[in-house]
Amino acid sequence: MENSNTAEYNSIDTDDQPHKTVGQVTVDNPRIICRGVNVYYDEKHAIHDVTIDIGSNEVIAMIGPSGCGKSTFLRCLNRMNDTIASCKVSGDILIDDRNIYDKNMDVVLLRARVGMVFQKPNPFPKSIYENVAFGPRIHGLANNKAELDEIIHTSLEKAGLFKEVKDRLDQPGTALSGGQQQRLCIARAIAVDPEVILMDEPCSALDPIATAIIEQLIDELREQYTIVIVTHSMQQAARVSQRTAYFHLGKLIEVGPTEQIFTNPQHKLTEDYITGRFG
Amino acid sequence: MSQSAPNAPNNSTASRVQAGLKKRYAQERRFRFYGVLAITLSLLFLSFLFFNISSKGYTAFQQTFIQIDVHFDENKIDPDGTRDSETLSSANYGGLIKSSLRSIFPDVKKRKDKKKLYKLLSPGATFQLREMVMNNPDLIGTTARIWVPADDDYDMLMKGHIDRTLPENERRLKDQDIAWFDHLIESNAVEKRFNLTFFTAGDSREPELAGIWGALVGSLLTLFITLIICFPLGVATAVYLEEFAPQNRWTDLIEVNINNLAAVPSIIFGLLGLAIFINVFHLPRSAPILGGLVLALMTLPTIIIASRTALKSVPPSIRQASLGIGASKMQTVMFHVLPLAMPGMLTGTIIGMAQALGETAPLLMIGMVAFIVDIPAGVTDPATVLPVQIFLWADSPERAFVEKTSAAIMVLLAFLIAMNSLAIFLRKRFEKRW
Repeated sequence: MENSNTAEYNSIDTDDQPHKTVGQVTVDNPRIICRGVNVYYDEKHAIHDVTIDIGSNEVIAMIGPSGCGKSTFLRCLNRMNDTIASCKVSGDILIDDRNIYDKNMDVVLLRARVGMVFQKPNPFPKSIYENVAFGPRIHGLANNKAELDEIIHTSLEKAGLFKEVKDRLDQPGTALSGGQQQRLCIARAIAVDPEVILMDEPCSALDPIATAIIEQLIDELREQYTIVIVTHSMQQAARVSQRTAYFHLGKLIEVGPTEQIFTNPQHKLTEDYITGRFG
Repeated sequence: MSQSAPNAPNNSTASRVQAGLKKRYAQERRFRFYGVLAITLSLLFLSFLFFNISSKGYTAFQQTFIQIDVHFDENKIDPDGTRDSETLSSANYGGLIKSSLRSIFPDVKKRKDKKKLYKLLSPGATFQLREMVMNNPDLIGTTARIWVPADDDYDMLMKGHIDRTLPENERRLKDQDIAWFDHLIESNAVEKRFNLTFFTAGDSREPELAGIWGALVGSLLTLFITLIICFPLGVATAVYLEEFAPQNRWTDLIEVNINNLAAVPSIIFGLLGLAIFINVFHLPRSAPILGGLVLALMTLPTIIIASRTALKSVPPSIRQASLGIGASKMQTVMFHVLPLAMPGMLTGTIIGMAQALGETAPLLMIGMVAFIVDIPAGVTDPATVLPVQIFLWADSPERAFVEKTSAAIMVLLAFLIAMNSLAIFLRKRFEKRW
């Protein structure tokens, strides 16, 4: 039994033929449409021909073993991979029918629409106020101090942080606890009012209580934003997402409603991963 | 698997570890001892250096003065009574000094002896009188008791640097000279005073009139030019290379060249300055602007390398956070990366500046070794700098320049220490933790 499994994973590894993703890759009201996305780091073929739709106002979780390319794929969605010189992306990623890898696509505009929260909380070494104010300020979203204050107030409120920090907005963001820092980063991301928020393992550096707060927050944010979350925790994926995508060695194996993926996976690899046989 | 007690059989891990422990600790103790030894030795050398310099140099901060009564004779200064400034400035003040010395020692009759007598006082006394009269013409006709600087030989005698026990023909001051001076001491007309001249005057052939101020101003002007060229250029280069430039063969080539330039002997930069700045661009020779340019060339690689290191130490997560919100590359650099890298950049710059402050060789090539009496008033005036001034004084034959040299070294060291302290202060002040 064990041996046969290993053989199957190896065959996936060496197989460069186009493969078919199992499940429902398309949705009715897509926000982002990905068709045949390939990513290369120099010679290494990191993402193989990924086709998936990301629906409006849904939380979609990307799961899979380490090094399967889920974070790489996430970073394609707001072109954060641009900063890596050796990274090449091919295929189409469309927002509002425009390819974001188009030559005349403005990266600044794209990232204002597709925000990001990183694995490790990374507040700027500035005050809490300045952390949240940076985005609205560089994009010119506030005409005066009062408007800016209002944006910061609502962003912190949405991130569930306002009550805790309202008396110390001028204190450094780095002095907060890990969970508060991550919520500050979420507030910073939603201060520019994006359409999509990408979250790259947002809870991996946090304790269970802080994780629970963030998960609840993600659920609330879904009303206004589309959220793509990469996570190592299958329980987290099951708790927060409506759809789940399973990646394995750079390939998108299966996509489907979260409930179905976790209760009735169609692909063997997904099933093995879900049931904890590897990963 | 049995539990290993401290005194377990030979083959257990614990006993093997225990057998080697003694040796391990001995090694550690030896290593620590070498460290302490190295620090002690370097502190010893350093304190020897400081002691040597300050014990030789501290006397330069005092100067021997002699009190004389001067009669400002109207017939000698301004016989026509016009009080015209030209007449006042060209009057024979030396004559006044001479006559007051003659009145102290009325026994000196021979022409040769009188000439030696006049050498008791520094030529600076004449200038001092002229200045007094120019500032206050009402002095004419009165008699004033004033302190004027003694000649450097008598200053040395006063400070004990001339051995009275030596045979007369081996001394600079003869028995008669010493007798005159002792007579002045007995009549309480000799005093050691704080040497203000040293801090306010430029260079001079006469040690008692020589000061460090000219060289200090020259150094400051030169460093100013170096700073305003080096800092913006260095920081901009580092930011471009580190944050914006593509990684290709050209940037590799530039990087290798910058690292090489940091190791080029400084005199080569002096030659370059001579060949390019003087011969091609005809910049004024010996001027701070020229020295500043040459030192800027020399300091630039240091600043670029320090700034790039500072930029590299800014965590990438900060850049990603900023880019992730949709900041442009330049906004990311200006708002987040540069402020975080600034303490490191400032430290690098100040250390580069301190290096430039102590640099002599390239300045010799571009004529800043000249003997310059006037205090430079601008960056195009001829000037010299502190280390070159030290070199010049160390080269002078007069005994009195020995203490001036040491004193100048003390001033230079004080400046270096101040600059390095500033670097540490800035680093501590602006350092941000995350």
